[in-house]
Amino acid sequence: MTEKNSPLWEVFIRSRNGLAHRHVGSVHAADATMALQAARDVYTRRGEGLSIWVVPSAAITASDPADKDMMFEPTASKIYRHPTFYEVPEEVGHM
Amino acid sequence: MYTQALNTRDQAAPSADSEQDARFQARVDAELKIEPNDWMPEAYRRTLTRQISQHAHSEIVGMLPEGNWITRAPTLKRKAALLAKVQDEGGHGLYLYSAAETLGTSREEMVDQLLSGKAKYSSIFNYPTLTWADIGIIGWLVDGAAIMNQIPLCRCSYGPYARAMIRICKEESFHQRQGYEIMLALCRGTPEQKQMAQEALNRWWWPVLMMFGPSDKDSQHTDTTTRWKIKRFTNDELRQKFVDATVPQGHYLGLTFPDPALRLNEKTGHWDYGEIDWSEFKRVIAGDGPCNRQRMKQRRAAHENGAWVREAALAYAEKRKARERAAYAEAAE
Ligand SMILES: [Fe+2]
Ligand SMILES: [Fe+2]
Repeated sequence: MTEKNSPLWEVFIRSRNGLAHRHVGSVHAADATMALQAARDVYTRRGEGLSIWVVPSAAITASDPADKDMMFEPTASKIYRHPTFYEVPEEVGHM
Repeated sequence: MYTQALNTRDQAAPSADSEQDARFQARVDAELKIEPNDWMPEAYRRTLTRQISQHAHSEIVGMLPEGNWITRAPTLKRKAALLAKVQDEGGHGLYLYSAAETLGTSREEMVDQLLSGKAKYSSIFNYPTLTWADIGIIGWLVDGAAIMNQIPLCRCSYGPYARAMIRICKEESFHQRQGYEIMLALCRGTPEQKQMAQEALNRWWWPVLMMFGPSDKDSQHTDTTTRWKIKRFTNDELRQKFVDATVPQGHYLGLTFPDPALRLNEKTGHWDYGEIDWSEFKRVIAGDGPCNRQRMKQRRAAHENGAWVREAALAYAEKRKARERAAYAEAAE
């Protein structure tokens, strides 16, 4: 292969008003404009989207799943962050 | 479909003693999804890369037999539908390449494997589309078989593959229905049109049954892929489901199937069918089907003829980036 590889872009789509953009897959394209067009053709042929983001895949920094415990365990032990940790007498009613 | 079990012979059995392997298997058993950066056995990665990329290649090569009829579709409505369907297949190929890339093989490498003949694709696309009825048959039967095979893949243990399959399955239903409608129009048409429909069914029926891959008796890798929850049903189970669903649809059209052994088994409630000619299957997979050479020639030509576009786009992107950098440097001065 003498040809240069074309960059990879991650595609995010807002499917409905009021929803956040969600990752749907990736496309290859030389630049951002072409990536947007490719994403439109590949991921929204049936009105799946109102808005598209394309992000160079190389620009994403991801946490390592192997560090999952170190990253997220501390939150598991902080049960006082949840409403159910606190006692409210029944007579007070719904709170 | 196109996930015909093809050349998956070299996969090593995972070493049972590894603790990581055991943890991986426990996650799969618990129906948890495996994601791109998760640890996975090398054989799992290799098997999936091969299956997903072959699936992608099949979608891409599958555009050729139908593309052959776009300019000759009998009405504008049929032409628009066929164009949309073929475009969907291109999209399916791209979803799948994108899923396969998350396993660490580049798009260019996979395309190269297809074009060099190293990678396989579904045997079905090496048969010619001789008449308009073949386009009906492909939608009704080839996409029908694909759906049968792909629905369980929506629950595959590998997240990106499962999600790509969900998108694909949503789109396949239109493909099958437009194909059946073509068949219906032909079967309700003139005697010549009905004859054309019958002849297409006669030519495609056996190759379509082969889409499900070798018989369970002869396929030795079902075990591992089942344990990894890549595969949920055996080839023969899926083939039987397909036959059961399809035969009544064919009878509704007033067509007959080219299989004298085909009959409803009162005891099992399933349609029994005759012996598949596996020597034909092996021949087509090995590259000696009616259209293998033509398909690959067309794919290579499309790729080579598009090279200048890819190069120009990259050069243009480079130029613009350089200009932006220069403007930025100037502004900073
Ligand atoms: Fe498809
Ligand atoms: Fe399809």
